[in-house]
Amino acid sequence: MGAVFVSEGIVNLLEVKNLKVHFPVKHGLFSRVKAHVKAVDDVSFAIQPGETLGLVGESGCGKTTLGRAIVKLVEPTAGSILFEGEDIAQLSGSELRKRRRGFQMIFQDPYGSLNPRMTVGQIIGEAIDIHKLADSTTARQKRIVDLLKAVGLDAIHAQRYPHEFSGGQRQRIGIARALAVEPKLIVCDEPVSALDVSVQAQIINLLQDLQQKMGIAYLFIAHDLAVVEHISRRVMVMYLGKVVELAEAKAIIGAPKHPYTQALISAVPVVDPDSKRKRILLPGDVPSPINPPSGCPFHPRCPIAELPRCQAEIPGLREVTPGHWAACHFAK
Amino acid sequence: MPLLEIKNLKLDFVAGDRSLRAVDDVSFTIDAGETVCLVGESGCGKSVTALSIAQLVPMPPARYPGGEILLNGRDVLKMSKQELRGIRGGVVSYIFQDPSASLNPVFRVGNQIKESLKLHRREKATDEEVIRLLKLVGIPAPESRIKDYPHQMSGGMQQRVMIAMALASEPKLLVADEPTTALDVTIQAQILELLLDLKKRLGMSILLITHNLGIVGDIADRVAVMYAGQVVEMSPALELLKRPLHPYTKALMNSVPKLSGNDERLKMIPGSVPTLGSFPSGCRFYPRCPSAHPECATTAPPLVEVMPKRWVRCLYPKEL
Repeated sequence: MGAVFVSEGIVNLLEVKNLKVHFPVKHGLFSRVKAHVKAVDDVSFAIQPGETLGLVGESGCGKTTLGRAIVKLVEPTAGSILFEGEDIAQLSGSELRKRRRGFQMIFQDPYGSLNPRMTVGQIIGEAIDIHKLADSTTARQKRIVDLLKAVGLDAIHAQRYPHEFSGGQRQRIGIARALAVEPKLIVCDEPVSALDVSVQAQIINLLQDLQQKMGIAYLFIAHDLAVVEHISRRVMVMYLGKVVELAEAKAIIGAPKHPYTQALISAVPVVDPDSKRKRILLPGDVPSPINPPSGCPFHPRCPIAELPRCQAEIPGLREVTPGHWAACHFAK
Repeated sequence: MPLLEIKNLKLDFVAGDRSLRAVDDVSFTIDAGETVCLVGESGCGKSVTALSIAQLVPMPPARYPGGEILLNGRDVLKMSKQELRGIRGGVVSYIFQDPSASLNPVFRVGNQIKESLKLHRREKATDEEVIRLLKLVGIPAPESRIKDYPHQMSGGMQQRVMIAMALASEPKLLVADEPTTALDVTIQAQILELLLDLKKRLGMSILLITHNLGIVGDIADRVAVMYAGQVVEMSPALELLKRPLHPYTKALMNSVPKLSGNDERLKMIPGSVPTLGSFPSGCRFYPRCPSAHPECATTAPPLVEVMPKRWVRCLYPKEL
């Protein structure tokens, strides 16, 4: 299935094939494994060099787990993760550490993701030391200053501690730390959702500038559809651990094919008072991923579900129109 | 007479011999049956303003050096403890951002709603009334749900329980402090729809606090935008969204990407939100303002009505 996402003639930076991440649910005296949470269930996609792929979905849909699995912060249960053609899904130890230079991560909470006892210089320098990227102290110092300047901070900030910075500045430090090893892919997990609205735009613009300058690819995980549409070339929508739709950003927002995506987009509150959109209200909540509904996982909330087909048959992700993939029996 | 009239409210937080002004000269009104949105970023004073309506900010550290909060014509800041008890959860009810933190985890939700009924209604609190309230807020199968503990419910359901509890006293004013921020977009849409529907059916007023301008268009009659402890713009909601006047409101709207918008670079607001105690002198937005004049650094602008019903705090309203 993964192969179908490969565009002709372009080498993919990252190829994820049939990736599964299942967490055991333990219970009772001897911690018997009672069930599995299928956080990521059979997901395949690819990212090209220098591209931004947006990933949206509601809480608990598995988007963060998918992002963490790709940088190997959680162990995948099955499937493969090809980074520049090499499968990193089974790597560990020093082999993995060497490959990690290629892919980094930026986290949601700029307060929790920086060590409060280290100066900014130490935080950024640690990455340089681990990967032995500077051969002298002066080269190391210069590299730290260059990185700080690249993210819009000053050389003087290297001596300060994280608590001395605002949320937006801390997120810049997190970005500088990720950039320190010159990665080709950065997984951005909700990088702006903890920031004030007026500061979000600064970080989004910074990420776009850095991409243009350095040709980094992003997997941009967020729940804010407008932000994702703005920054991404293609967008992938997840529901209960599965990809339900994948297409160009404009196509997915302008003409969504999956009923879940349609409801998601219609639910976004809009600033424009003249817009006459009809809101599709979904009944109920996202079901538990421990015990997902049979057949199409979306069918209990779906406005166009047809029984018994949707209850029995799991719809595969299929190319409905060129480049536009949706996992729905009725998408056209 | 408006239901609520806040006049020149000032709120200080006192720490040792330092005193920090969190709310500075805030005035606005809410009429019966009206929905007003209070919009602003973190630390702008929107939440403490809303909490002040039922005197819910602990004193000390809070202190009110000036201003009035007139609820049905009576100043809340001068009320006795007994009177306040009648107001809190009675005339004014609150729902907060994180429903899981607002519900007591060791009591069944039915009993928690019943407690609210016992406190604020004369008649005996019955299961039937609790079930009616849960039905009102759209909880399916309320007969079995009243026996649930909060952890057995999803975030959206918990927020519905909070709303049911807030409605138990048949309040005149419902204050909702970021009620959908912790919820997913599809659930957020459900809760906003519910609030709109309840307002129509019960005729209460709503004060909704949010940082999301999109929500304003969906629900508000009027909006007050706050920045660094002050109201910088106040206007009917649709007019504000169509044509914001204050440079901060404009900048805020332009810095958010729009669905199906163009791919232009986002217009940033430079710098960051000033923190309490370090508000700039003069106009508080001037260091970040794209159209600031030298005078803005020294002279604090007043809130003036530049067009009918449109109030703006800017020294150069003609340029807006």
